[in-house]
Amino acid sequence: MSNIPESLRYSKDHEWVSVEGDVASIGITDYAQASLGDVVYVDLPRVGDKFATHEAFGSVESVKAVSEIFTPIAGEVVEVNDSLNDTPEKVNGDPYGEAWFIKVKMDNAGEADGLLSAEEYEEYLSSQG
Amino acid sequence: MSDENLKKTPLNSVHRELGGKMVDFGGWDMPVQYAAGVIEEHMATRTRAGLFDVSHMGEIWVEGRDAISFVNRITTNDVAKLIDGQAHYSALTNEKGGVVDDLLVYRFSGERLLLVVNAGTTEKDWAWITDQKKDDSVELKNASSEYCQIAIQGPKAIAILQQLTETELEPIKYYHFTEGKVDGVDSIISRTGYTGEDGFEVYAAAEFAVQLWNKLLATGEPFGILPCGLAARNTLRLESAMSLYGHELGDEISPLEANLGWITKLDKGAFIGSDALKEQKAAGIMRKLAGFEMTEPGIGRDGFDIYIGEDKVGVVTSGSPAPFLKKNIGLAFLPIEFANVGQELKIDIRGKKVSARVVPTPFYKRQK
Repeated sequence: MSNIPESLRYSKDHEWVSVEGDVASIGITDYAQASLGDVVYVDLPRVGDKFATHEAFGSVESVKAVSEIFTPIAGEVVEVNDSLNDTPEKVNGDPYGEAWFIKVKMDNAGEADGLLSAEEYEEYLSSQG
Repeated sequence: MSDENLKKTPLNSVHRELGGKMVDFGGWDMPVQYAAGVIEEHMATRTRAGLFDVSHMGEIWVEGRDAISFVNRITTNDVAKLIDGQAHYSALTNEKGGVVDDLLVYRFSGERLLLVVNAGTTEKDWAWITDQKKDDSVELKNASSEYCQIAIQGPKAIAILQQLTETELEPIKYYHFTEGKVDGVDSIISRTGYTGEDGFEVYAAAEFAVQLWNKLLATGEPFGILPCGLAARNTLRLESAMSLYGHELGDEISPLEANLGWITKLDKGAFIGSDALKEQKAAGIMRKLAGFEMTEPGIGRDGFDIYIGEDKVGVVTSGSPAPFLKKNIGLAFLPIEFANVGQELKIDIRGKKVSARVVPTPFYKRQK
């Protein structure tokens, strides 16, 4: 069973979002990391890059697979988790903590409210079988 | 989800019980990895032992007084050089010198040979081989469904397998085999593998697959054995720069281009494709399989284009992170003038041209 913290918001692309003020931290969910397997490489954008909602902002790669990661929320990248360059395995070990990917200054602070709650995301996962 | 249309090895339910993540591999329902994950499985095989279900491979018997000359006519290596109890790596070639499949040829006697072929090509190979049979001097039998094949690989493989057999394993040389009992089951014990490690491949009647697998896993537990899926099998063979049919080998690829000159015995007498291969050798090959290593962050994966300057010069045939070497490596056919060690390359990774360099192969070589 996947770990789905109550306090976060989720996308159907299996990203999570944590909002503080007008800044959203974005990462991938426990379900996503488990589906990928051992993560060996994370490709992230630069500070200052701007992304629209649902735009691919990077990729996460396991030994076997590549998965694009999408911004659930539009905004400008204000911080990038460079530590994932050297320790991509943190994505498997601590997907909701140390392995956040980027922080985005949101164009529209209300946008996160449109994302799935933990309960909705859990339902979505079970509907995917 | 179990797909009813996929073929299953006798170990299918065991893989599921072990948490195997099942995928469609050339029409077979096979575990790509187990709970430990591909990196752990890979490392277990390099440093301790790994257990692989390779029962999907095909087994074809060639029997009769012309068994040796028949197999010599359809394969590139020199079967006349084999002695009883010896095996070699070889290739089935077509008239153009392309590779129908790569295979192992086992000599049981001068009138009895076993061909072990790839799973996804077994039917194609069987049709091809039976087509080459012109008279009754040989008898062919496709016994693929009768056998299970379990590979135990890694530095501890010999110690683990020795606990289950009275056959002395140490005297069996690399690429030799013997018939003996493993856990009381009649088996072919072959010192071969596809990982770059020491180890064995054990063939037995399919009905004993579960018994042998469970016994090997239990006996290997104190040694740190892990069951390994296809993902680890792929990264292990890639670190050792062993070819995979459909990637580095195919109907349009010659063994000379694929660095298999060492199994292409052009002076042994005529075989299918030998004229084309002799011509190719005399004229010189235009492209050659080369190994590369990424020199910038990024993974050049299967199918990615390779550039030198603005010119596309090739395509990655296999590319992956190498868990033991902790590098991103790959294989590709490159024009012969660009296939030299040290050549700088750019690999198009989703639109970004990332640097790589041609390096010597194998990428990994076990310390003996």
